Amino acid sequence: MLRLAPVLTLAMMLGPVAAGLLGTLLPAAGYVPVLGGTAVSLEPLRMFLTQPGIGMSAALSLSTGLVATFGAFAAVVVFTAAFEGTRFFRALRRLLSPLMAVPHAAAAFGLAFLIAPSGFAMRLLSPWATGFQRPPDLLIVGDPLGLTMTLGLMAKEIPFLFLMLVAALPQADALRSRRVAASLGYAPVAAWLTTVLPRVYPQIRLPVFAVLAYATSVVDVALILGPTTPPPLAVRLAAWMNDPDLSQRFMASAGAMTQLGLSLFAILLWVCGERLAAKLGRLWIESGRRSAAEELSAALSGAAMVMLAGAMLAGLALLALWSIAGPWRFPDALPHHLTLRAWTMHAHAAEDAIITTVAVALPVVVVAITLALACLENETRDGLTVRHRSLPLLYLPLIVPQIAFVFGLQVLFLTAGLHDTLFAVALGHMVFVLPYVFLALSDPWRAIDPRYGHIAGALGASPTRTFWRVRLPLARKAVATAAALGFAVSVAQYLPTLLIGGGRISTVTTEAVALAAGGNRQLVGIYALLQMLLPFAAFLLAAAVPGIAHRHRAENEATA
Amino acid sequence: MTEALIFDKVEITLAGRDLISLDRSIEPGEVLTVMGPSGIGKSTLLAHAAGFLDPVFAARGRVLSGTTDLTGLPPHQRRLGLLFQDPLLFPHMSVGENIAFALPPELHGRTRRRQAVATALADVELAGFETRHPATLSGGQKARVALMRVLEAQPRALLLDEPFSRLDAALRDQIRQLVFAKARERGLPVLLVTHDRADAEAAGGPVVDYG
Amino acid sequence: MTIIRLLSRPVRGALLAAALTLPLAPLASRADETVDPADWTDVLAKAKGQTVYFHAWGGEPRINAYIAWAGEQLQQRHGITVEQVKVDDTANVVARIVAEKAAGQESGGAVDLVWINGENFVSLKKAGLLMSPGWATKLPNWPLVDVENKPAVVTDFTEPTDGQESPWGLAKLVFMHDTATLTHPPKTLAELAEYAKANPGRFTYPQPPNFHGSTFLKQVLATTIANRSKLSHPVDPASFEADVAPLFAYLDTLHPYMWRQGRAFPQNQPALRQLLADGEIDIAFTFNPAGASAAIAAGELPDTVRTFVLDGGTIGNAHFVAIPFNANAKAGALVLADFLLSPEAQARKQDPAIWGDPTVLAVERLEAADRERFTALDLGIATLSPEELGPVIEEPHASWMVELERAWNARYASQ
Repeated sequence: MLRLAPVLTLAMMLGPVAAGLLGTLLPAAGYVPVLGGTAVSLEPLRMFLTQPGIGMSAALSLSTGLVATFGAFAAVVVFTAAFEGTRFFRALRRLLSPLMAVPHAAAAFGLAFLIAPSGFAMRLLSPWATGFQRPPDLLIVGDPLGLTMTLGLMAKEIPFLFLMLVAALPQADALRSRRVAASLGYAPVAAWLTTVLPRVYPQIRLPVFAVLAYATSVVDVALILGPTTPPPLAVRLAAWMNDPDLSQRFMASAGAMTQLGLSLFAILLWVCGERLAAKLGRLWIESGRRSAAEELSAALSGAAMVMLAGAMLAGLALLALWSIAGPWRFPDALPHHLTLRAWTMHAHAAEDAIITTVAVALPVVVVAITLALACLENETRDGLTVRHRSLPLLYLPLIVPQIAFVFGLQVLFLTAGLHDTLFAVALGHMVFVLPYVFLALSDPWRAIDPRYGHIAGALGASPTRTFWRVRLPLARKAVATAAALGFAVSVAQYLPTLLIGGGRISTVTTEAVALAAGGNRQLVGIYALLQMLLPFAAFLLAAAVPGIAHRHRAENEATA
Repeated sequence: MTEALIFDKVEITLAGRDLISLDRSIEPGEVLTVMGPSGIGKSTLLAHAAGFLDPVFAARGRVLSGTTDLTGLPPHQRRLGLLFQDPLLFPHMSVGENIAFALPPELHGRTRRRQAVATALADVELAGFETRHPATLSGGQKARVALMRVLEAQPRALLLDEPFSRLDAALRDQIRQLVFAKARERGLPVLLVTHDRADAEAAGGPVVDYG
Repeated sequence: MTIIRLLSRPVRGALLAAALTLPLAPLASRADETVDPADWTDVLAKAKGQTVYFHAWGGEPRINAYIAWAGEQLQQRHGITVEQVKVDDTANVVARIVAEKAAGQESGGAVDLVWINGENFVSLKKAGLLMSPGWATKLPNWPLVDVENKPAVVTDFTEPTDGQESPWGLAKLVFMHDTATLTHPPKTLAELAEYAKANPGRFTYPQPPNFHGSTFLKQVLATTIANRSKLSHPVDPASFEADVAPLFAYLDTLHPYMWRQGRAFPQNQPALRQLLADGEIDIAFTFNPAGASAAIAAGELPDTVRTFVLDGGTIGNAHFVAIPFNANAKAGALVLADFLLSPEAQARKQDPAIWGDPTVLAVERLEAADRERFTALDLGIATLSPEELGPVIEEPHASWMVELERAWNARYASQ
């Protein structure tokens, strides 16, 4: 049974991706007889390429995705270089950890509420400083170059990249490396960039690729903050896939394949950038330069991190405030009065959405944790690690743009008669939950000293007993955290839930985006808050699970 | 020209309890050995001098190089060469790059820097090792590269934190002699922290024993 | 049907290859699923205990609440459960039904009833994806529908409904302005352009292909086209450029003076209304003549907002409910469609405090008690009387909307 676990896990993750891609590829090649396409042709691609503004859309996707990823990466890396080990660093780490669980849509709404011309920042300054009695006609949200969208993506990706980086630091022997470099005369940023970054980067490379693929194909954030004349590629694809003119479906599929190529191209560009950076790094190391604009890098990265984290937090606070706001007209800095009217009006619908969300997420998390533990235990018993071969496979569902395979997947579930069921939605979520759970669990698991297992074996414990009584208790904190992360990932899924659930499976996230169409800020506030509170609750529960280290400390204190 | 390394009434406390103190001057070319069993905080002296003291400790007194007060300087401006138990060669750099990384930036020109690296390696009988990867070196070779890396950064003094304890017996003596010889050759004051009496004897300098 | 089923087989084969060995959905419709609205007793019997998945745009809380009310009534009266599937774009529902067809699902579909009109209806009707033959005219409440004076209830964007959708409500384009900032709103499109020029940044429209945005285009088109009768026929590709030239000339002069200089647009009507509420713009519009009153009642617009129309009339149409060919609960869907046509449901819908959507019924033909339900309604401070609403400009043939959206997109959304 255990030996089947890795195969089963890979099948659960990669099967749907492969099948979904095929389900998109066929119409992209013009082959869907029921829609009148019986011959394989390049016509859909040609149609797609002749759409007005398609080059602009593609360029937008590429540029916003690359700039947002690079911006987030640079801010995180330079900030860590400048501040690792300081109290400021630890404070920001505590601040950013919970922000990772905030769904993209909620973060984007919060940002929009903050920086739009009618937003909170402008209200604070008006009319006393700006003289505005009415919101100024400024193109901030939805600017044609996608700058606001880029900023929103950056703000949202920074917590993720930051925590991935922090998690990888111990493996890079960061503390001692920095000390050696400092004793050789290297200032902090220069020391970190030359001695820690090259060793830590391989660990965060795949997460960076995942961010890059996501940012170049994002739909929800682009809908909320992105330009519309024209919108980025993925937004247009989603619109075509839903166009009542059925012939658009071919073109959309060809576009989805192009989107796949575009995201891969972005990764290719990034890899070229890596090569260039490595070359420059070697030149730097040989030159012995001892500093890297130390004060400027510290000031810029510190300011960027504080401002983006602050903007996100302020945005989230605004969502909460809007959800209980009575009339709140520009330029009032605060609502006229507070009311629970919106909450009471929508309590019933919200309750249903919460129940559905949990009903999908819980089984998914349980199965994902079970599979991941089975794979890891199998690996432990065999005594061999497959990580280097399997890691890219784990990341595959996160790197292939969702839009490229979810449409195909929808047709697949229909064929299997599984559509609209919680089961099908759960299977769809599994594709995205499994990799995160596995990634969160594998490092702590592999860090467990194998000698505990050997001792247990020597004491006569069976492998099963050793697993349940020794290794699992040692890893329980990590299991709880991985489960919370998996839960958060499931809650945040929009496209798979919508398409596979046929609209019948309404989670807080699908409800939030559907209601957002109505532009009612109170409602957006409520659902965006719910979107955040569910994962927060999960992480709180996980935090309540005592870790082994804590117990040791408690025992030591008791005996001291 | 190097100057003395002075511990001016240095006292380190942990949660209000006195841990260790030192009030000594180490002259250029002299090796001061601080002896004692593990756990008495002798390494905190070294960390304090280097600027890495964990904030749970409190330190009083000054560390000076000649008349230059190092106490308030950030670690990278103290220019104190540190050798740890492990050689800590950077695994992402070749042997040559590890040395070049330490060469002062004022030494300009690719050819001159490469020449300096070659000279340094030849100095410890590792001529031609530039392109080798650290992982392919023996323990003794790693220790010698680490030593040259510290020296090429032109430190004001050497701080040695049990640097020979992980070497096997045969090698230990050889590296010990090499380190002290190089330090004397360059006239560097050396602070050696160890629990091994043989280290102190080999150093031949004054010994402060907390044992 | 047989032909499509045959054609769909290779797709199924290919998908099967992809899915390795997943089982197929059952193909044949079961005989007990056929319902005939002419035999209403049988319909009611079959409907009992069914769950009707009503796919309806979910962006307006008031409408959602109304649908929830209708669901409660059906539960009490007929033992039918109604679940509203809140969609953000009805095109998604069309996509859904198409995907089911592609997968060979001839029965047990996800959609039992869908709120629909125009382009979406034409798509489904032309593809044969609606329940047929026509059933709407056989509903018990059908005789109350005002077919004579409200021709839009049987002609959806010039496409005959053929009873494949049942009218639910009427819509007419009306404009809104805040009297606190704008006392005398423009009465014609030309005046609107002048107003924009004098007050830059204070007018905009939702971005086509959003329904309200496209409607604004049609309003301009109907006003500017040389020969309006052309709009009742499909687009003639040969003369399309010339037909829409005055429209685009108008927009070209308007855009530079619009909100955000026409470089960004609100994405839907509630977003447009929100801009009016925030004071970003001076003029907004809605398809619901009571929309302004309802929004004032809900605190979404200040009570200084009033409604106005343009001289010469505005676009009007009807919206409907339709049943897909493979609906799982056809009987329940029929009962719901009929209930939505009842005087009780229609009067409640027209109440601005509830929704404010005009009825499709002939009020004067109702029994006294039912008529009283309508006459007793307070239409709200910002709602125009039926006389003030002015003449209706009928919806152009659906092909105009498709072509307009395409041309608009190429011209303004693809820099």
